[in-house]
Amino acid sequence: MSELLNILSEVPDPEIPVINIVELGIVREAIDRGNHTCEVTITPTYSACPAMFVIEGDIKKKLKKEGWEAKVITQMAPVWTTDWMTDEARRKLREYGITPPEKGSNENIGLPKKCPRCGSENTRQISRFGSTLCKAFYQCYDCQEPFEYFKCH
Amino acid sequence: MKNYLLKLADDSFFMGHRLSEWCGKGPYLEEDIATVNIALDQLGQANNFYNYAVKLLDNGKSADDLAFLRYEHEYVNAHLVELPNEDYAHTILKMYAFSVYQKLLYTALSNSADEELAVIAQKSLKEVRYHNIHASSWMRIFAGGTEESKSRLAAAIENYWEYTKGLFAKVEGEEDLIAVDAVPNPDELYEEFIKITEKDFQDFGLIYPKDQWMQKNSRTGYHTEYFGYILCETQYLQRAYPGCTW
Repeated sequence: MSELLNILSEVPDPEIPVINIVELGIVREAIDRGNHTCEVTITPTYSACPAMFVIEGDIKKKLKKEGWEAKVITQMAPVWTTDWMTDEARRKLREYGITPPEKGSNENIGLPKKCPRCGSENTRQISRFGSTLCKAFYQCYDCQEPFEYFKCH
Repeated sequence: MKNYLLKLADDSFFMGHRLSEWCGKGPYLEEDIATVNIALDQLGQANNFYNYAVKLLDNGKSADDLAFLRYEHEYVNAHLVELPNEDYAHTILKMYAFSVYQKLLYTALSNSADEELAVIAQKSLKEVRYHNIHASSWMRIFAGGTEESKSRLAAAIENYWEYTKGLFAKVEGEEDLIAVDAVPNPDELYEEFIKITEKDFQDFGLIYPKDQWMQKNSRTGYHTEYFGYILCETQYLQRAYPGCTW
């Protein structure tokens, strides 16, 4: 499993390429089925996330390149939550300019989100709905820059 | 169960479709994006329900076949989701009523004896909570806004509120599902709906349309006069080019 997971951690999220699908918590498990074949089970994130179709293709492509014939299974239960995102993934998001989600899938909407550029908590939500299903749109009052927040889910 | 899944899927599918009509035409950029985000969430939910129905039907039909190639009388969505968007007040009213319904529905379904249905509901509930917050914010803004926003919202309520009970209509086979706790009783959900919306209206500063006469025949295969036009849009491509793929 860990050899497969290592390979899969080189598959980036198509929309946010600095993080990979393993640290996002999208890969549930990867099992060696012998004879260079394997089964990878993934979880959908948002019901309509278009990136999931790309991710499924990318998994097959990447594994094929490394000599594996992969079958990708989508399993919905237990339901994916941003809590499955690693701390490393959160750090990378912040560095990339996206404020990572708080812990806990029931978002505390009142809690201020820190600006990923200047670190200020003097920010406001412009819209709960951003450029993708997973992100909300914020602005920092201090450095004036807009930024996106990866929502708790 | 198949009919029940189609009920859920068809509601989300046509709601998503109507909301997507605002794409590129929203009142301002962020609201345009918010509405199409909500529309996309609905389509994702429809996809999940259609795919589960496909599994149960096991007759070679795909989710696309169910969504795009049935005839009018085979769709079991509620009339509310067929209603035109009109102005933003009308759209928000639809979004508000529908989101209250979905929140109640998915909360109950999250505990369904049917595991697969429960999981889809758990996932969908996370999303519709935010649809409800969004729509409620606008209801409050319009209700407490200018003379124009108040009169437009009043017109929306007058025109569309009578379709809200239709959301709680049952489909064939639903009684059996209720009996085994696979799905909640929509009559009970409707009582909750009335309580919640009555309190919300008070909160927003609106007069609640109490004892409002309600339209009938949602989910019977009989649709509003708008439905044919919707199907023309959603089905044209699939019927003009049978078997088309990306």
